[in-house]
Amino acid sequence: MDAIMLQEKLVERLLCPRVRTARQKEKQYVGFATLPNQVHRKSVKKGFDFTLMVAGESGMGKSTLVNSLFLTDLYKDRKLLNAEERINQTVEIIKHTVDIEEKGVKLKLTIVDTPGFGDAVNNNECWKPITDYIDQQFEQYFRDESGLNRKNIQDNRVHCCLYFIPPFGHGLRPVDVEFMKALHEKVNIIPLIAKADCLTPNEIKKLKDRIREEIDKFGIKVYQFPECDSDEDEEFKQLDKELKECTPFAVIGSNTVVEARGQRVRGRLYPWGIVEVENQSHCDFVKLRNMLIRSHMHDLKDVTCDVHYENYRAQCIQEMTSKLAQDNRMESPIPILPLSTPDVDTEKLIKMKDEELKRMQEMLNKMQQQMHDKEQ
Amino acid sequence: MHDQNCCAANSSHNSSGGSTLLGYIGIDTIIEQMRKKTMKTGFDFNIMVVGHSGLGKSTLVNTLFKSHVSRKSAGWARDEKIPKTVEIKAVSHVIEEGGVKMKLTVVDTPGFGDQINNDNCWEPISKYINEQYEKFLKEEVNITRKKRIPDTRVHCCIYFISPTGHFLRQLDTEFMKRLSHSVNIIPVIAKADTMTLEERQEFKQRVRKELEVSGIEFYPQKEFDEDMEDKSDNDKIREAMPFAVVGSDKEYQVNGKRVLGRKTAWGIVEVENPNHCEFAQLRDFLIRSHLQDLKEVTHNIHYETYRAKRLNENGGLHPISSSDTQESNL
Repeated sequence: MDAIMLQEKLVERLLCPRVRTARQKEKQYVGFATLPNQVHRKSVKKGFDFTLMVAGESGMGKSTLVNSLFLTDLYKDRKLLNAEERINQTVEIIKHTVDIEEKGVKLKLTIVDTPGFGDAVNNNECWKPITDYIDQQFEQYFRDESGLNRKNIQDNRVHCCLYFIPPFGHGLRPVDVEFMKALHEKVNIIPLIAKADCLTPNEIKKLKDRIREEIDKFGIKVYQFPECDSDEDEEFKQLDKELKECTPFAVIGSNTVVEARGQRVRGRLYPWGIVEVENQSHCDFVKLRNMLIRSHMHDLKDVTCDVHYENYRAQCIQEMTSKLAQDNRMESPIPILPLSTPDVDTEKLIKMKDEELKRMQEMLNKMQQQMHDKEQ
Repeated sequence: MHDQNCCAANSSHNSSGGSTLLGYIGIDTIIEQMRKKTMKTGFDFNIMVVGHSGLGKSTLVNTLFKSHVSRKSAGWARDEKIPKTVEIKAVSHVIEEGGVKMKLTVVDTPGFGDQINNDNCWEPISKYINEQYEKFLKEEVNITRKKRIPDTRVHCCIYFISPTGHFLRQLDTEFMKRLSHSVNIIPVIAKADTMTLEERQEFKQRVRKELEVSGIEFYPQKEFDEDMEDKSDNDKIREAMPFAVVGSDKEYQVNGKRVLGRKTAWGIVEVENPNHCEFAQLRDFLIRSHLQDLKEVTHNIHYETYRAKRLNENGGLHPISSSDTQESNL
């Protein structure tokens, strides 16, 4: 496919030593059109990273799906616990890291697994270890970013959370709703209908509609695909529309390879037929993979950095400043001047200055907006 | 919390036919995703030119970017007076090429080195550079930060050396010594058409030796080479620096082609001809291969040095919060 050849060419150009382009013969050619390539050369050399969290009850096919998505076998030596052993199990957080390389591009993939979620009899607040984990990663990044040595900050923030909804019910259960509401402002949630091979196409459609309705009803903010650019071609826009109408994706995963229609495919062998994982008429696996890896991976990271992390950071700073004002303490991990409790006059002065600052800030913003508009 | 580091370097099956069957995951498409995103957001680049008047600074910048982007193009006044102190004049333009939009800001420093007594004439320049760092720092420390902080930091400072043919002037070494640790300095030998090729070589060697002896690290700095490939590329460039350049915005007909050049009674000096001067080398180095690196070194090293210094000072930093006495906008 052309897209793949284009990728190959792009990667080649990025990785070979800096060569003059043939277009230097053009008169007006300055040469900074190579800037995007320069920008990414370093990233390609350094490699990318991506942290994916999977959450849902045991037996939803999470591990199988991850193996199918990334063509790896992450859970080779896993020991499944029996019922008795699981009685006292609490929700754990387990990280698996794998380095994948494809066409010269390196990806450090981290899968955050959450065994034990939703498995107990009393699942009250079983999402707390998960929200705590996500917050911990934000906090660690915040401290690193505010520190002095920022050269090699490790980014362990969770970029995306795949949430597996069981196909057996009639929509979202209370634990699903509560989990998603606890996490929708901390991480990009992508809800999936697991083990979709036990439903007929009609049943899948009904379930999807029902789930979409309930997501709206409960005000859950799942990950939204960004709008298409107006200058994209019609085919792309059509694909994008189909993608958006297909959520939540109904997926099937498989660790085994079977023979179907004369080819070897990933699938599940039943007496009544063969379910092919990568067959778009059987399930939405391909759509999920394309969205997750091939078109929206970068956007998922961006939304995590620009929205979820910034929210956390702003909240954190607010809490810190109000605490400092109350306690008059000097210690703080980030550089802030401790606010002493002012008397009435100074308070008035501070208020005046603050309003002045705000006015100046607004003026600056307006000017920037004007400049920005002029340039467009 | 457990960590399990599994099998490394998995996959990389080599099915190149794009089959979705067993081999191809598609993680290399992330490059294209990033590319689309950065093309949308655009780039900016801030370049400063320093040197005393008449060395062809504005002409050179116009030649580099093939458009009238420098101060002189905004109202050419031949009999401009020499300012009494060093002024800082920044002019911005948006130029576009191949779908890539770049906001180019040229910071000119008229008055540098033009007075009788040039003591401390580098101070306004140093102050300007630090002010840009301070602006960026304040934005970064803000509670509600902008998605893309406007970057006015000077990414590159081209220093024009007079083609005396003898040695560096004292002003040259003083300036470069003081500023090479806060900004990327690229020294160039201006108006190279006043020297023959042999004279140029000798002058270059003398200048390089002097720079070395004075401990001036110009860009690309040796200590920031990341790997062997970078080092060998940059070594070649360092050997050829400072580039001897000629600038021009007039075109002439030479051998059936229109070229930028300077016409004299004894011939036409072609700006982009590598046999005549090193302009083409400078342009390739500056724009086609190291443009992004200049920005990165500014951000990761010079800016970080400034930031660390500020954080260690007594006052610390105040986050500009609009929420001390007002509602928070969370």
